[in-house]
Amino acid sequence: MQLRSAAVAARVGVWLGACFGVCFVTGLVSHWAQLPQPAVPFPTSPAWGYRFTQGLHVTTGIACVPLLLVKLWSVQPRLLHPFPPGTGRKVADVAERASIGVLVASAIFQLATGLANAARWYPWQSFSFRTTHYAIAWVAIGALVLHVAVKLPVIRAALGADVDDPSLDRPPRSSRPGRPEARPQALTRRGLLRTTWGAAAVAVLATAGSAVPWLRQVSVLGVRSGDGPQGLPVNTSAARAGVTASATTAAYRLEVVRGDRTVVLTRDDLAALPQRTETLPIACVEGWSASGTWGGVRLRDVLALVDAPGEVDVVVTSLQESGPFRRTRLPGGFVADDRTLLALRLDGETLALDHGYPARLIAPNRPGVLQTKWVTRLEVV
Amino acid sequence: MRAARLLLGALGVALAAYGAWLLLGRQEGAQVREVALWFVVGVLVHDLVLAPLAVAVGWVLPRALPRAALAPVVVGGIVLVTVTLATVPVLGRFGALPDNPTLLDRPYLAGWSVLAGLVAAGVVAATVARARRGGGGGAAPGG
Repeated sequence: MQLRSAAVAARVGVWLGACFGVCFVTGLVSHWAQLPQPAVPFPTSPAWGYRFTQGLHVTTGIACVPLLLVKLWSVQPRLLHPFPPGTGRKVADVAERASIGVLVASAIFQLATGLANAARWYPWQSFSFRTTHYAIAWVAIGALVLHVAVKLPVIRAALGADVDDPSLDRPPRSSRPGRPEARPQALTRRGLLRTTWGAAAVAVLATAGSAVPWLRQVSVLGVRSGDGPQGLPVNTSAARAGVTASATTAAYRLEVVRGDRTVVLTRDDLAALPQRTETLPIACVEGWSASGTWGGVRLRDVLALVDAPGEVDVVVTSLQESGPFRRTRLPGGFVADDRTLLALRLDGETLALDHGYPARLIAPNRPGVLQTKWVTRLEVV
Repeated sequence: MRAARLLLGALGVALAAYGAWLLLGRQEGAQVREVALWFVVGVLVHDLVLAPLAVAVGWVLPRALPRAALAPVVVGGIVLVTVTLATVPVLGRFGALPDNPTLLDRPYLAGWSVLAGLVAAGVVAATVARARRGGGGGAAPGG
């Protein structure tokens, strides 16, 4: 019985295709969440929404690795099969091989760059991860849809038959006389499929604790243990952002600007405003997340000092001197949300420097990279 | 059926073309060239390194292992190798930063060793059980 068969390829392919679909959709959600001025506003509820979709994105990507490797192994003989006779069929064969090449290359590219990015490893020199991962996602999903269209009759036949049905197998090569009986195979098709699901499950359990707190003890290969100052991990430290001096000086001020009106506040001024407490997650684009109890001032209360109307966009500027996220635009829906804070405290203590002291933005359902730390200016636009 | 497949295929081509347009339109030539390099290198690493290795191991194992051990070793090997490949960036701690002790902060070598130990224990237990059952004849269900 052939292990490398349409029966195995179709069954692994269904799960791999489903996982790529999940990665594609959750990736689009993440892209949407990061648009500075989305045509359709990104929702502020549920607060854990981005935590869920982005954790799912990275975890599903990890599960894809065993699935993809077994899938490629199961169809490997097709890479070497001879060209069919006839010019028309040759052209079609070459076109199909080219589309498979694009599918395989984009699938490997997405998993390799995505997993490297999740571990903050950037072995490439020049290209932007975000722009490229987004563009190749469309290439991968397009090549996948094309592949399903081409293979649909085989997929239907394979899934409609028993997994051990040999009717779709390649013709056996061993018609040579005198060839000894083939050695017993290590696994049955069912055994190989179960092993594949098991490998994907182990990969998920070994890593998902970075996003799922109750798995932390099990996820020995997670990118984060979940520990950190005040119980939260840090992505960019104050030292790396170059704000250690500017964030700790007594000369720190927060400017609140609307048109030609500017109000300048010290940290003590902020602490004198009505204080709120919200439990909101930090959910990083790299997939890890953790929940924190934040204390501070409602962003709306701060903006009321310059008489800002309820739902307006605000440009938030950090003390950090460079970096693509030094200035970010907070869409009006987040500005108007009661849970959006300019946080001064975390877990009952003064906010740690690495978490954004003197003040940081924390809003519900928002990528961590846009939860600006070391905030020094809020401008209503 | 045929019309649906043609429509689906056209949709796939359109989606992929949009991706190519995004890739080419939003980055410099040098960046696109590096993407192309990685695009090709990924396939070559699989097709010229991983796939031949898998074939070689698949040829050697049935000849080198006692029958009872074959299926357990293959199952354990698939699990451990694929999980290890999926976690290379973590195991290597390539992205670790001296100023950020919360990043890649687990004892990964120890964690991987525990995982490998559990897999090995499972392989040994399954092998012993199969040998006792009578030489491990036939293919194992595995999993």
